[in-house]
Amino acid sequence: MIVVIDYNIGNVKSVCNAFKYIGIEAKLSSDPSQIKAAKGLVLPGVAAFGYAVKALGNLSEILIEAAESGKPLLGICVGYQLLFEQSTEHGIHSGLGLIKGSVIPIPKGTVIPHMGWNLVELPNDMKLFDGLGDRKHFYFAHSYFADVKDEQAKIAYTDYSFQIPASVEKKNIFGTQFHPEKSGPQGLRILKNFTEFCERQNS
Amino acid sequence: MLTKRIIPCLDVKDNRVVKGVNFLNLRDAGDPVELGKRYSDTGADELVFLDITATIRSRKTIVDLVEKVAENVFIPFTVGGGIQTVEHFDTLLRSGAEKVSVNTAAVNNPSLLSQAAERFGNQCVVLAIDARRSTKNPGRWQVCVKAGTEPTDIDVVQWAIEAEKLGAGEILLTSMDADGTQAGYDNQLNKAVTEAVNIPVIASGGAGNLDHLYDAIVDGGADAVLMASITHFGNYTINEMKEHLKKRGIPVNL
Repeated sequence: MIVVIDYNIGNVKSVCNAFKYIGIEAKLSSDPSQIKAAKGLVLPGVAAFGYAVKALGNLSEILIEAAESGKPLLGICVGYQLLFEQSTEHGIHSGLGLIKGSVIPIPKGTVIPHMGWNLVELPNDMKLFDGLGDRKHFYFAHSYFADVKDEQAKIAYTDYSFQIPASVEKKNIFGTQFHPEKSGPQGLRILKNFTEFCERQNS
Repeated sequence: MLTKRIIPCLDVKDNRVVKGVNFLNLRDAGDPVELGKRYSDTGADELVFLDITATIRSRKTIVDLVEKVAENVFIPFTVGGGIQTVEHFDTLLRSGAEKVSVNTAAVNNPSLLSQAAERFGNQCVVLAIDARRSTKNPGRWQVCVKAGTEPTDIDVVQWAIEAEKLGAGEILLTSMDADGTQAGYDNQLNKAVTEAVNIPVIASGGAGNLDHLYDAIVDGGADAVLMASITHFGNYTINEMKEHLKKRGIPVNL
């Protein structure tokens, strides 16, 4: 069972809808025992970073513990940004610190937010992109980006006047700045690939 | 490279999609969930649902609609019409909308934009502007509220600039003069706004043929083009629009 972390912020349901649509059982929950029992965790998020951190509250520690014990974790959009050490959105806020790096504003000089479908170059050794070819469009909507400083993290990039990290993979921890649940068939494939990784880890 | 977006707009009244000319003479265009799913399956980049009745009774209906759409549609969609408070934002985002658009309420209470941006991030906050050419100030446009029925003295370009400062993450710019006429977007309006702000602008109102889409992007500077009549009534498919833009050198998600 995949558990989608319910931390009382927008759009968690879209992720559940997407799993349901592709026939994968996913449960929305904030119950620590269900989180511990899950095969894999998804941390979605449509919110400002500070608000999301506050909403996560004590779940932060449970998530950190789960991720460090090897449980697969997929962060999406703000959920992805939360994987990093800190963000400067509306003040300085600490994240989960699972991946080294900071979340900082997209530099001025281009249209912000970075909003819409952008082409992501897909490294063939990143598990989320299995079967998706060399590049695909995904839906982005963000004004801050993660400046990844982690040597252990594999990174896929998209071009928006500079190379923005679009997705990371570090052992059992995955993240996408874009929204797979809103990126049509290629996005749904990412959720399927994540689930298959969870199955392999648990078998 | 970021692609230009093709966004069908579904105006919803009494649970049906309707479309008029200059905001009047509505024609039925189908079931919102079915139509939304069809657009999503045939390559639309995004959808906009506008509750054009926006009464208290219809608000419940629109939440139900958003939930049904979200079960079937896996591209982003914006919902608007009668949004008054941050709580309305919250309800619609939780129901599965990606973004919420506000018009009249933001004019009456501009701090709604900053409150929503602080809580949900500015990428969720769409300011819808219904713009009409000003009779008093030639070459300018005035903001109209209450579904276009009430003109104000607010200048469209100034309002767009202020809204960006307050936290709007996108502007849905509808030309009331062009709406439903299929005679082309008002690209003077689009250009005036896109040059004044640094957030994405969706051009709306007047799409009648494929070159109009190109013109809104190139002459108007739009980041996305919204259309209703030309797609609901079968003139062009989403794919034809994208192929045309691609052929003329515009990056699209194809």
